[in-house]
Amino acid sequence: MKDYLKLFNIFFRVGAFTFGGGYAMIPIIQKEIVENNQLIDESEFLDIIAVAQSLPGPIAVNTAVFVGYKLKGFLGAVATLLGTILPSLVVIIILAIFYDRIKDVHSIQLFFQGVRPAIVALIFMSAIKLSKSISKNRFNILLMSFAFIGIVFLKIHPIFIVILCAIAGLLHRKKEGEYGTH
Amino acid sequence: MELIRLFWAFLKIGAFSFGGGYAMLPLIEEEVVNNYQWLTSTEFVDIIAISQMSPGPIAVNAATFVGFRHYGVLGSIIATFGVVFASFFLVMTFARIIIKYKKSFFVEGIFAGIRPSVIGLIAAACVSLFQTSIVDIKSLLISILVLIILYKSKLHPIGIIMLSGVFGIILYSI
Repeated sequence: MKDYLKLFNIFFRVGAFTFGGGYAMIPIIQKEIVENNQLIDESEFLDIIAVAQSLPGPIAVNTAVFVGYKLKGFLGAVATLLGTILPSLVVIIILAIFYDRIKDVHSIQLFFQGVRPAIVALIFMSAIKLSKSISKNRFNILLMSFAFIGIVFLKIHPIFIVILCAIAGLLHRKKEGEYGTH
Repeated sequence: MELIRLFWAFLKIGAFSFGGGYAMLPLIEEEVVNNYQWLTSTEFVDIIAISQMSPGPIAVNAATFVGFRHYGVLGSIIATFGVVFASFFLVMTFARIIIKYKKSFFVEGIFAGIRPSVIGLIAAACVSLFQTSIVDIKSLLISILVLIILYKSKLHPIGIIMLSGVFGIILYSI
């Protein structure tokens, strides 16, 4: 029970402080799950993000369910799912009731004007930290650059990037196996 | 009956929108505004504004908002469960397979390719967020300030978020 509560607790914080959607939850999950509690390591975390990004649905929800299931099975996934969605459920209901009064409160808008650029910096640091978990060989650097250029400049959908890189990984492994090189 | 329609509509949104975040907006709009007409276009824009000031995935926020507007607290809970329903079972199924065959040639090969690409994906997300969030000198200043704090201290991301909000209030009030 204690473990489930702990998972719920961690993902409640993730749900409560994920502003800006999607990737904004990466720094918080990374801090809580990888660094503070060391429940999973960085390369596993990358795998989980890849799966969360490739399946339909919100990335934060997908990541939460994967982490919960991996650590504590079905009930673990229930705990992390509830933790992730409960804060937005409560906040949205409150905002929906008071929206007409809240939307013009100037200081709330200024607060979020400050938060948005901070999210960029947080995600940037996450990318740097996570990149330390993979070795900088030619293959990895090539795929990293391909993914980046593919999305930013060629506007390829992330799913196709993930699929192409999965195929490249398989072919690379196969070649390595045949020649026995690393 | 109405609640079942609500659940079903958000189940579809959860099951067919890839990429998370704002990538889910077109499908949400299609279902909620055009198809079921639960919201007007203006209300839909309001949801985006509300989502920007509340935490959590935007799809969950939209589900809660629509459910609450039309069917109260029960509606918000049902719509929210609808939107995460497909994710929950799909992710668990994939997690189970991946964990089971983790050491196999196939899964290892796939992730050897995917892992570096995720770094690229996150960096790319950073660029697109940069374009929408860094709009003036003040926002640039905040992001640089946060980078310095992150580099020099071990402050929790939640602390950073609260602090940057305060920066926002101070800087944009001057």
